[in-house]
Amino acid sequence: MTTTTKPATPVAATRGRRPGAGGLALRQGRLEITQFLRSRESVVFTMGFPIIMILIFASIFHGTIGGGVKFTQYFITGMIATGLMTVSFQNLGIWIPIERDRGVLKRYRGTPMPKWVWFAGKVIMVVAIGIAETALLLAVAVALFDLDLPGTAGKWFTFGWVAVLGVTACTLCGIAISSLARTARSGSAVVTPVALVLQFISGVFFVFTDLPTWMQQVAALFPLKWMCQGLRSVFLPSSFGAQEPGGSFELGRVAVVLALWCVIGVVLCLTTFRWTTKRDG
Amino acid sequence: MDDELAISVRGLRKAYGDNVAVAGVDLDVHRGEVFALLGPNGAGKTTTVEILEGYRRRDAGEVTVLGADPAHPDAGWRSRVGIVLQGTGEFDELTVAEVIRHFSGFYPDADDPDKVIERVGLAGKAKARTHTLSGGQKRRLDVALGIIGRPELLFLDEPTTGFDPEARREFWELIRDLAAAGTTIVLTTHYLDEAEALADRVGVITGGRLVEVSAPNRLGNRQEALATVSWRTPDGTPELAQTATPTALVADLAVRYGGEVPGLTVTRPTLEDVYLTMIGHAR
Repeated sequence: MTTTTKPATPVAATRGRRPGAGGLALRQGRLEITQFLRSRESVVFTMGFPIIMILIFASIFHGTIGGGVKFTQYFITGMIATGLMTVSFQNLGIWIPIERDRGVLKRYRGTPMPKWVWFAGKVIMVVAIGIAETALLLAVAVALFDLDLPGTAGKWFTFGWVAVLGVTACTLCGIAISSLARTARSGSAVVTPVALVLQFISGVFFVFTDLPTWMQQVAALFPLKWMCQGLRSVFLPSSFGAQEPGGSFELGRVAVVLALWCVIGVVLCLTTFRWTTKRDG
Repeated sequence: MDDELAISVRGLRKAYGDNVAVAGVDLDVHRGEVFALLGPNGAGKTTTVEILEGYRRRDAGEVTVLGADPAHPDAGWRSRVGIVLQGTGEFDELTVAEVIRHFSGFYPDADDPDKVIERVGLAGKAKARTHTLSGGQKRRLDVALGIIGRPELLFLDEPTTGFDPEARREFWELIRDLAAAGTTIVLTTHYLDEAEALADRVGVITGGRLVEVSAPNRLGNRQEALATVSWRTPDGTPELAQTATPTALVADLAVRYGGEVPGLTVTRPTLEDVYLTMIGHAR
């Protein structure tokens, strides 16, 4: 054992095996993914919810939405967007307060781990689970409900950037909103209503243009509506763009609004994030 | 051992609203020393220690820990300080070995995770999920995470709360090992025997003030305190005398009773007596 060495003594190179910054982030990401996958509630709620929703929706609505386009093509976009929001915004908004309350975050703050590594770990987890969940969703929709996958590289590219920007915005907002919860249990009380309301007004459960105009306008302030709209440009024929409220899929505006939410999220995280609970001073 | 200070505190103050938790504490802890902060609940122990650990901001005072101000901790400083918090932060979904191994990656000079697991007595539980551990075992995990980085300075906030007597003895051995290896140790406790068993010096804190700092056997001038000699007279009446020269009194009694003195006891104030008087006075 080390009892013969003063801990203060500089050590031989063999002990200097601390991973570099990138390595630390990857380790943290792996740990977060392990924790997520071992937590049955997380897996069932986060991964399972969108799958269950698509099974229900696809079983209720068999029809087409005009032009021979299956209804599945429409609501897969809402399900993907909801899934991405669940894995990022809801997952973090619910779990971070629990970790804060348990003192896990306080424990990390007592180590030399750079702060950003912890955030990177969360982001890696969200991205990995988000990709897995979206792939599962697409596989179920293709296998059971004849979903047509995007046919061009351009559409896959749009899919990619909408998903990345959307997940980034939702991740940052999830981290930010986690500071509103005062206790472990209040995380889901804070986050779930927000997520549910956004899903209803953003065209996840209903065709967006069927919603009252004021509701559409409220939804347009938040990221979910724009994620759905961006994804519609991927899964629906381009001619459907004319039916959007703005007369087209407005991909430029999708990018701007989502990027703006990323900025808002970063500012909120930097100004409000707490490593300890209020009672911890 | 060099005489450099591991911790130097002058005029430390901290209030939460109107509630003054720390009301002007001065304190020096030498390198290699085991220092116990002893006090009742709410005395300001945890607030003081958490300021030293870099968790809390102070309202006033000068604080130096390992040559730096803990209000602005950097990674280099953090890697030299080990912390065992009072409240445990658990990783329910992970095993003991996974958590310790993960944390070892944060330190430039980490100890071998398996050895640390062995050392804190969790070898049999290395593959157990942390939520299956008992309270005492969780505390050992906390200690393992506190020492995995091979700290120069180790803070332990009420480390043995919830331990059974045997676990406490084992824990004390571990602390003595670490101290023997040169680690500076600051522990808070409300167990007097723990302070007496482990600490080179004890600071008694109550009402946010450090009322005395001294070696455990000198606390409250215990050594110079009058001894109490008690015995029974032949008709069974208890007698009691306080004296600075108990040996002379006992010799005198032996002559008076012609041999054995019935019911003879000689006591000096225990640490507990001294301590209770001290925190009583401070209130």
